[in-house]
Amino acid sequence: MTAGRSFRLASGGLVARDAPLRFSFDGADYEGLAGDTLASALLANGVRLAGRSFKYHRPRGIVAAGSEEPNALVELGAVGRREPDTRATTAELFDGLSARSQNRWPSLRFDAMAVNSLFAPLLGAGFYYKTFMWPASFWERLYEPLIRRAAGLGRIAEARDPDRYETVHDHCDVLVVGAGPAGIAAALAAARAGAKTILVEEDFVAGGRLVADRREIDGVGGAEFARAAQAELAGLPNARVLVRTALFGAYDHGEYGAVERVTDHLADPPPFAVRQRLRRIFAKRCIVAAGAIERPLPFGDNDRPGVMLAGAVRAYLNRYAVTPGTRAVVFADNDDAARTLADLALAGVEVAAHVDPRPGAAARLTAASGVATRAIEGVVTRALGRLAVTGAASVDAAGAAWRVDCDLIAVSGGWTPSAHLTTHLGGKPAWREDIGAFAPGALPPGMAVAGAAAGDFGLADALTGGWAAGARAAQDLGFAPPPPREPKVDPDAPARASTLRVHPGARGKVFVDLQNDVTTGDVALARREGFRRPEHLKRYTTLGMATDQGKTSGPLGLAELAALEGREVSDLAPTTWRPPFTPVAIGALAGAHVGPDLQPTRLPPAHAVAVEMGAVFVPAGPWLRAQYYPQGAESGWLEAADAEVRAVRAAAGVCDVSTLGKFEVAGADAAAFLDFAFANPVGALAPGRVRYGLLLRDDGMAMDDGTVARLAPHRFVVTSSSVGGPAAHLHFDFQRQARKPDLDVRIENVTSQWAQFSVAGPRARDAIARVLDPAFDVSDAAFPYLAAGEARLAGGEPARLFRLSYSGERAYEIATPAQWGAGLFRALVAACEELGGRAYGLEALNVMRIEKGHVAGSEIDGRTTPRDLGLDKFVAKKKDFVGRAMLSRPTLLDPARPSLVGLRSVEPDARIVAGAHLLAEGAPFDARHDLGHVTTFGHSPTLGRWIALALVKDGAARIGTRLRAVEPLRGHDALCEVVAPAQFDPEGSRLHG
Amino acid sequence: MLLIRCPYCATERPEIEFRHGGQAHVARPADPSAVDDAAWSEYLFFRDNPKGVAAERWRHVHGCGRFFNCLRDTVSDRILATYPAGAPRPTLGAEGAR
Ligand SMILES: [Zn+2]
Repeated sequence: MTAGRSFRLASGGLVARDAPLRFSFDGADYEGLAGDTLASALLANGVRLAGRSFKYHRPRGIVAAGSEEPNALVELGAVGRREPDTRATTAELFDGLSARSQNRWPSLRFDAMAVNSLFAPLLGAGFYYKTFMWPASFWERLYEPLIRRAAGLGRIAEARDPDRYETVHDHCDVLVVGAGPAGIAAALAAARAGAKTILVEEDFVAGGRLVADRREIDGVGGAEFARAAQAELAGLPNARVLVRTALFGAYDHGEYGAVERVTDHLADPPPFAVRQRLRRIFAKRCIVAAGAIERPLPFGDNDRPGVMLAGAVRAYLNRYAVTPGTRAVVFADNDDAARTLADLALAGVEVAAHVDPRPGAAARLTAASGVATRAIEGVVTRALGRLAVTGAASVDAAGAAWRVDCDLIAVSGGWTPSAHLTTHLGGKPAWREDIGAFAPGALPPGMAVAGAAAGDFGLADALTGGWAAGARAAQDLGFAPPPPREPKVDPDAPARASTLRVHPGARGKVFVDLQNDVTTGDVALARREGFRRPEHLKRYTTLGMATDQGKTSGPLGLAELAALEGREVSDLAPTTWRPPFTPVAIGALAGAHVGPDLQPTRLPPAHAVAVEMGAVFVPAGPWLRAQYYPQGAESGWLEAADAEVRAVRAAAGVCDVSTLGKFEVAGADAAAFLDFAFANPVGALAPGRVRYGLLLRDDGMAMDDGTVARLAPHRFVVTSSSVGGPAAHLHFDFQRQARKPDLDVRIENVTSQWAQFSVAGPRARDAIARVLDPAFDVSDAAFPYLAAGEARLAGGEPARLFRLSYSGERAYEIATPAQWGAGLFRALVAACEELGGRAYGLEALNVMRIEKGHVAGSEIDGRTTPRDLGLDKFVAKKKDFVGRAMLSRPTLLDPARPSLVGLRSVEPDARIVAGAHLLAEGAPFDARHDLGHVTTFGHSPTLGRWIALALVKDGAARIGTRLRAVEPLRGHDALCEVVAPAQFDPEGSRLHG
Repeated sequence: MLLIRCPYCATERPEIEFRHGGQAHVARPADPSAVDDAAWSEYLFFRDNPKGVAAERWRHVHGCGRFFNCLRDTVSDRILATYPAGAPRPTLGAEGAR
């Protein structure tokens, strides 16, 4: 058809004719120029069919020349870089760019899903609420797969995004949004006054309409004026111009969000460069000079490729030197048409007709522009053609029907101020009768609007208004304002926006929202069904809910609804605009905080030793901990952990517990404070002793547990769990500062200052003696169970020793300042190995605590009380402590509450898994028969079977019975025996052995 | 982003250094076991949700670590005053009444 021919003008435009760029679209190769967008390059190659529509899969072309484009959405990139729904009108061309059309199968020219058009009556407004509701059983089998295949806009990337993003914070006095004439003037005024100024522009070229129209300012061409201003600002130390930077949101207290496309336009981005940069801009004043968005006009089949906004037609002609058609019909109801006619004629495009409904306007403008064409006082009723416009049907004032051959229909319904940023903080736009549009209303503090965004559509007004806004902002901030400026510009006739309705004689679908395929028929249907307010209409028809957020469709929808309701558009409240103004990649919002960089990974001081030993690691909260240390032929966690447990139970093992939360608590009232913060009476502890410590929340639920050691009368060392460290720290600080501010107590979080190791097993004392100063007496007489004290290592390094056991064996915990942690761990591993033992990891630690029935984070899950966990024997009887008041409340004493039990598999090999639900034997597997769940599990080499802890209704009463542990996701179903939580050595005889 | 003045550090610092800590001036009953269910649940669960000025507890978690109180307008999200824990709720002048 048109492909193969060049539609590039011989001269003009802001394109580099000496820099050809190769690109492809749907597999075909084309050539464009540096300075092109994908859209302008496609048009230069005569490609006018760009995609298929959302619902009806209708052929669609390019409508606009900027970020308001509703139609020409393409897919760029591949694999992890695949980016759907990219507007061809903003995608800057680079060498090697490869784009694909969307929503078509098998091909763009022949799309099988276009049969959806035949079912249009079924796909009308609210179709998803109605059509597919019945019968219910059809939903999963038929409707959902059908809708998923047919609907949806583009395909998401299925692989991880390989690109990098970053976030920066910018601070300035004056932020100017939009580098059109008003924004440039505002930035110049503010910057020349001395204010720290940032000018952001979403396009890659500054100028706005100055580069899209042929304009003259003080004898200089518009593009040249913009270029010079940009250069001047770039040369000022207090000003910055950020192009390719879309301001997408206004937030509280002068914060603005912008995303800068750093390397999207480069064929070969430099290594390590970020793809996009999120800019959080903090500005004392903001001037919104975001321009205006042109309105389409409603007529039949107004979505055909070749129907284009008139302002976009001029942008393609003037900025890109591309003719979007060869024979045009101009359909407008405002005096901007004179510019469109003149530009088309200058570019050698034949103007077949100029259609304007206003009395005498078509003839007047045609004469004024000196373009030889047919002037029709009337309206276009229908675009002809299917894959491309082939003509326009129109009706004149006398009722005569005209049919004009053309391949381009340039439409203009006037302009709507781009007020989006002014409403992000809750402001409402206000109706302006003089421009026939909603314009910014009350503004948030520190914000001003200028130029077309303020409804000043004339160039002279935009320049003087922008300049005044910039000067005022600078003056507000204490800078001496520059004198006012009165530039001389070529005259223009600002266009009042229309509320032109579709002609009764129109045939075909009249689209209001091109991106979501919403027609005037849908608006009428929604209204008939009672959705009569713009917000309801939006939800029901999805009008304005697509990625373009109705930038072009909003005013048409309002006008249509107003007409049906017999009201004025000014009486309707437009729907709320919310951030983001344009789509923002999630990657840009996440910045560098992805994957392992989401949060810092914490490593204990002896981590490197564990790495040397070949440990396998597992994340535990922010920590990376050794899960097991495989030796020899041990093939996986099960074999290694079994061997580690056996080594501890038979000889001695060492486990790195440096990750425990550690706190020093000191002061005359330290004991009184700990008695309040802990649920058990730890303040009564004698110096040189350590005991278990239980923390509760105010609501009586267990929060965390650990140990409390008293080193001296006024000095304690407290530990919490590893993952619970930060919460315990917060708890202590809160209780001290908010509840007990008068106590003499200081708390220091020393978690990372100390390395700590547990040494357990019948030979633990021998192992510990080998690393300690020989003068330190570790005999049971001198250092009995639950003793605590300060010691020295064999090399004289300071240490703390606690006789605590988690495994049920004779055990010690030894701590030393972090810098000696790796050395101490190495020495302990060697000592244990000499005694026939080995290092053990988290897996073995967990197995042994299950064997002993000790609770951890999987049982202390925020919903369990000390009683549920069998810890009520520890709870203080008299004193006041956090959580006490709730413990006697009847609901928390209900014996039916799930409580802690042990489980062991009846068959040695039947695996019990965490998360499995517990059922009585023979009970059906449903929620009503659910008795509880498995909290943690492991394989006990000691008992020769799988064991677990569980929270079960009437737990104590079920000991001795059998339950099924069922986990249907992975197909586990194990018959278990319910036992007391401590399954191994319940008398605790091994602690002293 | 809010700039928050820590009354202890006596400087304005960015919001990300702070953590919200719930309603301020909620007194824990002196003897929790002695109060009835209604009074205890009032203390434990019920909080004000004003449209306008709210007294809140904040913590300078990535700074001095201390808890302090602040008056914040929940409509504008502006912080109107910050003051040390234990100090009485300040009365706002014309600035705060806005
Ligand atoms: Zn502070």
